Amino acid sequence: MATSTAEATTTAAELTEKIRVAVPERGLRQDIRAVGIVWRRELIRFRTDRLRAITSLIQPVLFLFVLGTGLSTLAGRGLPAGVNFKTFIYPGVLAMSVLFTAIFSAASIVWDREFGFLREMLVAPVSRAALVIGKCLGGATVATLQGIVMLALAGFAGVPYSLGLMATLICELLLLSFTLTAFGVMMAARIKQMQAFMALTQMLVMPLFFLSGALYPLSNLPAWLTVLTRIDPLTYIVAPMRTAVFSHLNIGPLAEHILAPGVTWWGWTVPVLFSLAIVAAMGFALLGVAIAEFRRTE
Amino acid sequence: MTLHANEPAPAAAAAAGPPGLADGVAVSVTRLSKRYGDVEAVRGIDFEVPVGETFGFLGPNGAGKSTTIKILCTLARPTSGSAQVAGHDVVAERDAVRRNIGLVFQDTTLDSYLTAAQNLRFHAELYAVPKAAVEARMRQVLDMVGLWERRNSLVSTFSGGMQRRLEIARGLLHAPHVLFLDEPTVGLDPQTRSSIWEYINDLKRREDITIFLTTHYMDEAENCDRIAIIDHGQIVAIDTPEALKASVGKDRVQINTADDQQAMAELAEVFGIEAKIAEGAVTFAVSSGEQFVPQLFARLTVPIRSVSVSRPSLDDVFMSYTGSTIRDAEASATDSMRAMAAAWRRRR
Repeated sequence: MATSTAEATTTAAELTEKIRVAVPERGLRQDIRAVGIVWRRELIRFRTDRLRAITSLIQPVLFLFVLGTGLSTLAGRGLPAGVNFKTFIYPGVLAMSVLFTAIFSAASIVWDREFGFLREMLVAPVSRAALVIGKCLGGATVATLQGIVMLALAGFAGVPYSLGLMATLICELLLLSFTLTAFGVMMAARIKQMQAFMALTQMLVMPLFFLSGALYPLSNLPAWLTVLTRIDPLTYIVAPMRTAVFSHLNIGPLAEHILAPGVTWWGWTVPVLFSLAIVAAMGFALLGVAIAEFRRTE
Repeated sequence: MTLHANEPAPAAAAAAGPPGLADGVAVSVTRLSKRYGDVEAVRGIDFEVPVGETFGFLGPNGAGKSTTIKILCTLARPTSGSAQVAGHDVVAERDAVRRNIGLVFQDTTLDSYLTAAQNLRFHAELYAVPKAAVEARMRQVLDMVGLWERRNSLVSTFSGGMQRRLEIARGLLHAPHVLFLDEPTVGLDPQTRSSIWEYINDLKRREDITIFLTTHYMDEAENCDRIAIIDHGQIVAIDTPEALKASVGKDRVQINTADDQQAMAELAEVFGIEAKIAEGAVTFAVSSGEQFVPQLFARLTVPIRSVSVSRPSLDDVFMSYTGSTIRDAEASATDSMRAMAAAWRRRR
């Protein structure tokens, strides 16, 4: 408290002289600052909200260790020697760990609307695009951080901690998180009630997860399921993640092909980069729709 | 930096201040109206607010105050007419208006999960306050509302009054030319209300800022340099509080006498004044009450124990211009607000 008297004297001096603040015209630099602060707010809130970070880890951990261990005796018979079922579902569980965080991050727009903070953002002299982009990047960052916690558990699932693999997976998680947040933001532009938002996301998230091939290989499925898995956007990120994981295990090309066949369209294997491009394209399209929706709202 | 065609000569404007401020007008409204479905919330109003003035919009809920303030803050588009704030058109130059105004809404727009300082920093970044000025300006506005010591506390730990003060500080952070306060003290207890007014009055002394506020509290309107009384979407009177009260004309005189009945009879007989008993005293209205009192003593035979003369209050003013008290007007306005809300829902 010794500093407080010193502070008080400077205050008096500062108050007598007026601090001139000229708000500049809106331009790219101002918009970039807006993106930055919206992004930073997401991080600050994520850091202070530990409970959310912990609760959103529960589900993927349950899937990986409880379901993964429980089913391994049964599912293990179909797997080549030396491959654990937990290793197989690990990429899917990784995707799941960012799924909820990314969408809940977007849900905070609904909260912000309810508690008025959205208005503070919408009346500012910045473009709506800057706000939406900041939000999507923030959600993507937060969800990826969440995913990185799951990445730390890779060893327990028999996945090697190789630098190349980790870097690949982080990039893929970032891409997925961005697309998911954009999807959530687009929905949050229209849905004004938190309950409705939650109900709708719950309704969408579980089918997305189950149809993505997170828990089973994409080959040799009945026709109806083959079609549904190919429609699910999540498929196009889970498959590349699995390809990455299995290319870092020494199980031989045949086993690798059986376990991680990639996504096929009428027998044609979709290349990994193309698959990722699909997810990225979806992310940008959703972002575009979200921006358009926020431009329309006053 | 990009130059926009609709914002003439930014370099010159920056040097001379916004064009509207150069001619001394902060807010200028011309035949402004706003319609929601079948309901006309604002019906062709005109007014000007000179730079540096504290201007109050007084009226019952649903009179059109909030709609007008929303249009001025670029949050709603007028159905017809135009409005300029800090020299910029609220429709054509929306961003320019937004840069030059500070807003404090009725409902809180703070992020309660952030600290006071984090809320301000968020605002500074959104309004692109020059980085070098941010810290000093934050300190200045937080000091002004007495929250500097609490800057690192979460907003969720703040009382309602503290939150409102923080919102005022935030509204001032980017040094706007016009500060809009929509019902700045609504929902606060009387003590907090008066402390908020201390901050506002203090602010008037410190910064050359124009303040535009809405209120439905008569006593708060007294703090304004000028008031517009708005009722059913129209401005029925606009002037200084004193002039408005003077325009009502009559002062209220209350006397306590030895025999009230006889006093009333004499008042009727001698002065032709109809008096009545109110608040336990003989009460009547005359134009310049102070000059009337000596005559009263000279010509009444009944002994007078005490006399009080009071100027008309804004309640009397509101009554004389709208024909009802603000409370009665609010009761009837609730119906029209419901109609407005219904019309709004239909539109969407």
